[in-house]
Amino acid sequence: MVTKTPLLLRALKKSPWVFHVGTSGCNNCDIEIADCLTPRFDVERFGIKLVGSPRHADVMLITGPVSRACKEPLQQAWLEMPQPRAAVMVGSCACSMGAYKDAYSVAGPPDKVLLEIDPDAKFIYVPGCPPKPETIVMGVVKLLGAL
Amino acid sequence: MSSPTSKRVVQIGPFHPLLEEPVGFSLGVEGETVVDVDARMDYIHKGIEILAQQRTYDMLPILLERICGICSVTHSVCFCNAAEDLLGVEIPPRAKYIRTIIAELERVHSHLLWVGLAGHFIGYNTVFMWAWKYREPVCDVFEMLTGHRQNSALPMVGGVRRDIPVKYFDEARKTLDMVEGKTQMLTDAVLDDPVLAARLKGVGVLTPEEVMEWGVVGPTARASGVDTDVRRDEPYAAYDELDWEVCLTQNGDVFDKAVVRLLELKESIKILRQCFDRFPEGPLNLGTLHIPRGEGVGRYEAPRGEDIHYLRSNGTNMPERLKVRAPSYTNIASFKASCIGEKISDVTITLAACDPCYSCTERTAVVRAGADQPERTFGDLVRLSQAETRRIAAEMGRAPDLQLT
Repeated sequence: MVTKTPLLLRALKKSPWVFHVGTSGCNNCDIEIADCLTPRFDVERFGIKLVGSPRHADVMLITGPVSRACKEPLQQAWLEMPQPRAAVMVGSCACSMGAYKDAYSVAGPPDKVLLEIDPDAKFIYVPGCPPKPETIVMGVVKLLGAL
Repeated sequence: MSSPTSKRVVQIGPFHPLLEEPVGFSLGVEGETVVDVDARMDYIHKGIEILAQQRTYDMLPILLERICGICSVTHSVCFCNAAEDLLGVEIPPRAKYIRTIIAELERVHSHLLWVGLAGHFIGYNTVFMWAWKYREPVCDVFEMLTGHRQNSALPMVGGVRRDIPVKYFDEARKTLDMVEGKTQMLTDAVLDDPVLAARLKGVGVLTPEEVMEWGVVGPTARASGVDTDVRRDEPYAAYDELDWEVCLTQNGDVFDKAVVRLLELKESIKILRQCFDRFPEGPLNLGTLHIPRGEGVGRYEAPRGEDIHYLRSNGTNMPERLKVRAPSYTNIASFKASCIGEKISDVTITLAACDPCYSCTERTAVVRAGADQPERTFGDLVRLSQAETRRIAAEMGRAPDLQLT
């Protein structure tokens, strides 16, 4: 259940802290996320900060399809995030499984895996293989506008 | 002195801020000293080798680019090398030069990425920001020449798919001059910095004997003075026509692994300049090729070391088997040699020093039989498969044509 307290939401939009989960992607989207932090894009200007624990985060950036081995750790990390929480699906694989649609070792796209345990989860999708850093920043900004 | 009670296990991962990819490390520690290291590596296994058996040869380079985000040129060109080895053909000169250009651009941005991450791992974020700042222009050049920041989709069996625009070579040269100057600055800063020397010298040492024993490849081996480079030993693309050197350092510690990568970066820029100067005219590929029955092996010097693709074809338009052995596969095993005996705070940088890439490496997943999943022997699986065949045949309304025993 997402609790929409006005104060919480205002604070969230001022400075969303993001936690990055690579659920068996090919590494490329993960690098573009790290690229967002470095001088050319520098998302810390907007208060967006990459943090080391899901307990500190407001937004989860998910890359890649969810492999069978990653399914439980991802669900656990999602439940550890405080509410209100949301996720950005970065890249084609996270949006729609991309090239790995027919792979045997993949449990499903991350949105379905998260909806299994949290039917109210909020997502935004950033397609691309990989999306350019400016697209990822745009995705986070759009998500905050939609909350 | 190691009694069972004195050993503790520290678990790192699978989602850890220092790891871009999910991977689990278990460090056995006694006090501050690491006495054992183990890795659980099936979080990223997706089964791309099976997918590769369901794709045609034209689609494969594009799928194989997605094995790893940083080594995208590596895996597609390595597969093409394997297919061309099977066919016994030589690709046109222009295709060779285009492959060399995209391969070396990839090496430049991959090494800059590693230098930045290494700085990040030891808490030296200035290096991280610098290196990644100068990586961006390299990605821009890649985008200018191929249309994408990392995944070029250029290689195909028998050459390359598209041309690269020669009109942007001047712009690319200017960018590379700038990047070379900045790399020199970064190299000087790394070599002269007393803090970095104190932090990294003598940490995570791999001796040449250990390198040979564990089969370590690439810059990790060259940092220990082991002279190995596929580009020189078994030239593919245009490397045998160009003037360049294999960079070696002697100590095998993390500091030397950084230095050897920074030196290699400059060699790569040298190779790129020569490619721009000598860029030949001519056809781009050999057209559509029929891949006959047979097997081929492709070797390729990836930014992380030697990549091997084994291809077996049965004469159809899809491979019968494609085996990928990425360089990190052997390099990760050497953690047993480099991490044990180190302090726990030095282990992160030692783990990172071979530039491990887990999505390249993870070709298998271990499935444990649980309560809902009974353990099955090979015979059980054969019986199940035969029962399923019978069921499908009955559904289709015909008797099974294979003799079941």
